Amino acid sequence: MTASIQIQRTPDVQYLLRIGDTCLILGQRLAEWCGHGPALEEDIAVTNMALDLVGQARALLTHAGQLSVQKLDEDQLAFLRDERDFFNVTMVELPGGPKDSDHGDFAFTVLRNAMVATLLKLLWERLIESTDAEVAGIAGKAVKEARYHQQHAADWVVRLGDGTPESRRRMEAAVEKLWRYSEEWFEADAVDEHAHATGLGPRWADLREVWTSETNAILEDATLVAPPASPFRSTGKNGLHSEHMGHLLATMQSLQRTFPGGVW
Amino acid sequence: MSEPSTLIASEQAKTEWPLWEIFVRSKAGLDHKHCGSLHAADAKMAIQLARDVYTRRQEGSSIWAVPSQHIVASDPGDKDMYFDPMEDKVYRHPTFYTLPESVDHM
Repeated sequence: MTASIQIQRTPDVQYLLRIGDTCLILGQRLAEWCGHGPALEEDIAVTNMALDLVGQARALLTHAGQLSVQKLDEDQLAFLRDERDFFNVTMVELPGGPKDSDHGDFAFTVLRNAMVATLLKLLWERLIESTDAEVAGIAGKAVKEARYHQQHAADWVVRLGDGTPESRRRMEAAVEKLWRYSEEWFEADAVDEHAHATGLGPRWADLREVWTSETNAILEDATLVAPPASPFRSTGKNGLHSEHMGHLLATMQSLQRTFPGGVW
Repeated sequence: MSEPSTLIASEQAKTEWPLWEIFVRSKAGLDHKHCGSLHAADAKMAIQLARDVYTRRQEGSSIWAVPSQHIVASDPGDKDMYFDPMEDKVYRHPTFYTLPESVDHM
């Protein structure tokens, strides 16, 4: 086994890893649908999205690695970090793939995609103006992908929410399960403040209003209703994850840890 | 009781999305070319899935989707009488003219 690396939590690096890790872990979850999509065409669509997200993660991890004290590369960051050094939002690590019917299903997957794509789209739109030219460049490319992810996922939310009694039941269950995990996203903290002060990127808290209005519009089209605000706070953004994260990382990291430095 | 074939057709309608023919234009100025077909529940989904299935490698700048049932096709049995008579009519080819260079894609 290759020894884990630890990263020093500077605000810049943590801010970028929150976004990069969110892309990476959602990409990993979506990849679980590969070969299991509800139709061949949608299977390809979901896998395309997973690849877009992994691509965005690679760019951000590479850049965060260059900013880190130890000058880590994207592979070290993705495959050799331990759970508590990942800063993705908790929602993306929740199981909901084809083999996790206890936890989720396709309704769960498309709602999560719509919620996260809306967040990422809003982030990329603001990151285009980052004072960090590299981040601005990554955002310029990623925002186009995120816009499509949002549209595609939102269409599914509407189809299933406003569909058959069975699809609606599943969609309602997904809203119930997922909604409270969005509360964490907009909690202000020092990392956010630092990014705002240096011009690296927006405070996520500043995106709450527009995110809520865009997401509510999707739910409204789907004849669904958002649950009332919840006191529940997940803490993935600060490295404290749900019980599902360890299993996900074990799968994602096993190859690199078994064959250190292995390449295709 | 329904005929077996009707029964199958109606069951299929419930479980399978309709078929669409997909045409992709690789760049402005060129024609939309048929590139394949796919299943989708409606027009909007057909365009999105065509984007995901047929333009993954930057093949396209525009997509058309047409319900396959609206394509009217010639009968393969008519092939001989339809197309073979043209074989010996070389005078219908524009090979006796010199095309100006500005005429592309002939």
